[in-house]
Formats: sequence, C-alpha cells, structure tokens
Amino acid sequence: MSEPTMAVAQSKPAIYEGTRIPSPIPTVLQVDPALREEDDILEVNFGPNHPSTHGVLRLVVELNGERVVGLKAVVGYLHTGFEKNMEHKTWWKAITYPERIDYVAFQNNGLVFVLAIEKLLGVEPPPKAQWMRMLLCELNRIHSHLVWLGTSALELGAISMFWYCFRERDAILDLFELVTGARMHTRYFQAGGLAEDIPVGFYDECRAFADTMMKRVDEYEALLSGQAIWLERTKGIGLLSAADAIAMGQSGPVLRASGVDWDLRKVQPYLAYDQVDFDVPVYPNGDVFDRYKVHMDEMRQSTRIVQQALDGMPDGAWIVDDRKIVLPPRHELHTSMESLIHHFKLVTEGYCVPEGEVYVTIESPRGELGCYVVSDGGSKPWRVKFRAPSFAALEATATCMSDALIADLIAIVGSLDTVMGEVDR
Amino acid sequence: MTRFDAVPGLVEEREEHGETTLVVERERLREAALWLRDEAGFNFLSDVAAADYLGWDRPRVAGYWGNTDGRDINQPGSWGLRAQPEPKPQRFTVSYHLLRVESGASEAPRLRLQVWCEDGEPIPSLVPVWPTADWHEREAWDMMGIRFDDHPNLVRILMEDDWEGHPLRKDYPLGGEPVRFSGEE
Repeated sequence: MSEPTMAVAQSKPAIYEGTRIPSPIPTVLQVDPALREEDDILEVNFGPNHPSTHGVLRLVVELNGERVVGLKAVVGYLHTGFEKNMEHKTWWKAITYPERIDYVAFQNNGLVFVLAIEKLLGVEPPPKAQWMRMLLCELNRIHSHLVWLGTSALELGAISMFWYCFRERDAILDLFELVTGARMHTRYFQAGGLAEDIPVGFYDECRAFADTMMKRVDEYEALLSGQAIWLERTKGIGLLSAADAIAMGQSGPVLRASGVDWDLRKVQPYLAYDQVDFDVPVYPNGDVFDRYKVHMDEMRQSTRIVQQALDGMPDGAWIVDDRKIVLPPRHELHTSMESLIHHFKLVTEGYCVPEGEVYVTIESPRGELGCYVVSDGGSKPWRVKFRAPSFAALEATATCMSDALIADLIAIVGSLDTVMGEVDR
Repeated sequence: MTRFDAVPGLVEEREEHGETTLVVERERLREAALWLRDEAGFNFLSDVAAADYLGWDRPRVAGYWGNTDGRDINQPGSWGLRAQPEPKPQRFTVSYHLLRVESGASEAPRLRLQVWCEDGEPIPSLVPVWPTADWHEREAWDMMGIRFDDHPNLVRILMEDDWEGHPLRKDYPLGGEPVRFSGEE
C-alpha cells in the first residue's frame, strides 16, 4: 500500500474547505469502521511519560501504516486540585497558587487572579504598578515563547536551539530575581499593586536585555526560518482553519496563525496596553510553521513593549494606600500599634472581598486566560475556576491531526503550545 | 448593545461589575445558546464554570483553629462573615462565558449565560452549539457532578475513571482522598 508522501501533503490547500472537526465527539478522532475491517490498525500509546509531551500527556493513537487514523488525548495526570485548595486559603494567600498552574507563564497567571480580586474589591492600582505589571508580563511572554521554541525545536531535532533559547530565558529569570527575589513563581503582584518597589539597577539591566533580545530573535530566525529540514517538518501540517479554531475555542498564537486578527491586549485593553505601540502578528495558513512565525514575531513585539514600558514607567506609589487590604510598611510595625494590628489581621484573617462573581480574561502567552471567581463576602474565595488556554488547545489535537503522519504528531502537538500543569490544574 | 429580551427561556438579566449575566431556564438552555450564537453572534465559548452553593446561606466562619493534634483543615473556626449572603435558588450554577470573536474587531463583547440546577438534574449539553464545550462539560461533570444530557462522551477527564465523588463539591473534604491500603485492614 502506497502512502501519500510529504509532497502530496504540501499540495493540499492550506486551509481545508468545510469543517474538519471530528464527529460525533469533537475531541476524538475515530477510526472509520470500514477501514478497521480491511486494514491492520495499530494502537499506540504516546505517553503519559514521553519526552516530547511537555509534561504528562497521553495520546492514544491509532495508525494505519504511518498515517494517523484515530486519536484520543487523555489528560489529568498532573491534576493537583489548585482550585479546591484555593477555596481553603485566604484571598491573600491564594495568590501563590495561580502562578503554579501554568508554571511557564507564571506572571500572567498571577496577574489574572489579582485582577479578579481587584475587580471585586473595586481597587485601582497606581500607574506605576500597572506599567510594571505590563513590563513583567511581556518579559514573561518572551520567557514562555523561548521555552516553547527551545523545546519544540529540540523535539524536531534542532538541539542547538534549545541552548540558545535557554540562554536568554536565564537572562529573563535573572531579571525576575533582581526585581522579586525569586526566579519563578515570584508572587510579586498583590491586590492593589506590587509587593515591593522596583529596585535600583533594574532599568539598566532590563534595557540591556531588551537591546540584545531583538538581535537574538533575528538569530533564531536565521537558524530556522530558511532551513530546509525545519520547513519540511513544519509547513502544511497540523492544519486548522479559522472557523474550526473559533469553534474549538482556540486562542492566542494558535488562533492568530489561523488568520484571525484577535488579541485581547488590543480588543480589550487592560493594564497600560492601550498606551503602548505594538502590532499583532497574524498569519493565514494555520499550519505549524505559521504558529512558529507568530511566536517569533510576538517575541519582537513584546520586546518593543518592554522598551516602551522602560521609557514610560511613571513615578509614584507602587501599591494603593489602603490599610484594609495592603500590608503596612515594615518599619511602621515597630512604632505604630495601628500598623501592627493591620498587619496581624491581614496575615491571619486576610481581607474580606465583597460578595459577587466576576470573570476576568487576559491574553496570556498561550491565549485567552480566564479566571472566574465567586466571593461570599468572606476572607476566602468561594469558588475559583481557571479557563486554561492549553486545555482548549489540546481539544483541537484531533482536528489538527486528522490525516497527519505519525512523524508529524510531535510537531503538531508541540505547535499547540500546551503546558500540562495548566491543562490539569 | 444587543438587547437580550428575545432570548428563549430568559429568567433574569443582571449587570454586575460591568458584566452581563443572563439566567435562563435549564430546559431551554440549548435554545438560548443557539439564539445567542446565531442571532447575537457569540461564536466563541470561552469557559464553562460550575459552582456549588451548598451551605451558602448558612452561618459560616473563615479560618481554622489549631489544636493539640495540629490544624484540622476541615473544621473551621474563628471569624464569621460580616453579612450573611442571600440564599440562592438552587444548589449549583453552570456559567457559560461567551465571547464574540471577529477578526480585526476593536472590542470584545462578553456575556455570561447561566443556569441553576439541583443535584442530579440534567442540563442540555452545548456540544452541538460550540464543540469546545466537550472537555469543559466533562470537567464540570468530573469536578462537580453536573450531568449533561446528550453529551457524546460524558466521562471523567481529570480524575481517574473509577474515582468516587466529585472533588470540587462543597461536601467533599479537602484532602478527601480515599485510603486504598490502610494498616487496619
């Protein structure tokens, strides 16, 4: 039996006509019963412990020769019960949890929960906090894309990319350490602003990094964008049309690589994104290569935002002056009884958040990151639910994989940029 | 602004924190969803979030006391709420967070579509309306025990297949993992 080769796959239209979402289960590609009758279908388990699945993802793949004819993604191996745990912590202490949900985009995850608390409290952080949050979130976006690029390229055999990407990633983690004292899971965002002022010396270090980062992205592209093997492995595979992407709840780089010009930083500006100048990269073909291009361009745009944030960083307070939700300055604890009481109440009981429910969304490196929070008016969340963009991205595996070859499976799953901690929560 | 009076089965429309919530009758959820998708253009289902309001209107306290055996995280003590919240009509809500995605648009209209149900009452599945609801509804079933009618594959997603109980329910204790092999047997 002769299988269509790569050349045939490339001659297909870039975006298929009509929907390719499997039926009746949209997330499971089922083997045609007639094919199962006449051919030898081989069932293979990828994972849950497989080096290319970025965590513990299990893919049950059914193969007809080299062609994937059935696929089911099995998740849940990294379920840690973050949402349940957060119901049992005060709002103040629960801020540590979201950063560990998506451990690659930790600043963004921390931000979305803090924004939800602030929305319920009706608190507006001072401009300096807004700009610094934006700066750190963009550094975090570069960090996340670097991890994605390094590991995805590694899986396709480009091992040197991994070292280059992790070199810059380490520089970003150094910057986080300089600001917050921690390299990852910084817990730097507080309800009302930032935990501490921006340290002296950060601006120069960060500017030096931003200047080199622009050149670095060009270097990565010089290594990959024109390379024959890379093009062979990424062009024309993992196709997802714009209509399918929206129906399957795709967001972020996956959606933008399918030709949809959509970025929450533009259409629903938060922090200070409406005051900086940046472009939204959109590519039309919906294949792995376009997802790669979106990631590369986004790193450049994020660097631009970082540079503008450094230039435009306002002076002033970094956190609101509201002793009912913000810890008093440390030095006051020795001299002021009021401050001591406030400190004690905040650390033990925490602050009370008015009753209500909110749904806050931001553009995380992986797309639409949502946080649904219900408060009963007490000092602990009644319910916290995260809308993880990776969770939705994995739903599209079956759509992207239909008709693919087994060798492309790794490239396709990698291009969806999923973090299993966020999928399983 | 689109007016939502024509939504089938509309029970309540409310505006809080700048977010619009439409509560619809449980039986007519799919009609309402189809209307919102086709007439109002909400083509993107962002999230399905279930919440359990068991014990919502009962006196409650926040925080835990330590005792000589350590701190029992399932036995709260200490501070109470400042104000008792209003009772809720039923035990569970399921909130569908909708969004209108349009390439090159300049705004992102959002809407929360909400239904209430008691334990065991089935909700029409919205997989035929937005295919992405597949995993989200499986998660709501797994974590909260919400049943969805006509879901093509309503099985557990995050917990093991043979797990007992639904961990995010309020009557499911924290650390409530069954002990498979205890020394007492």
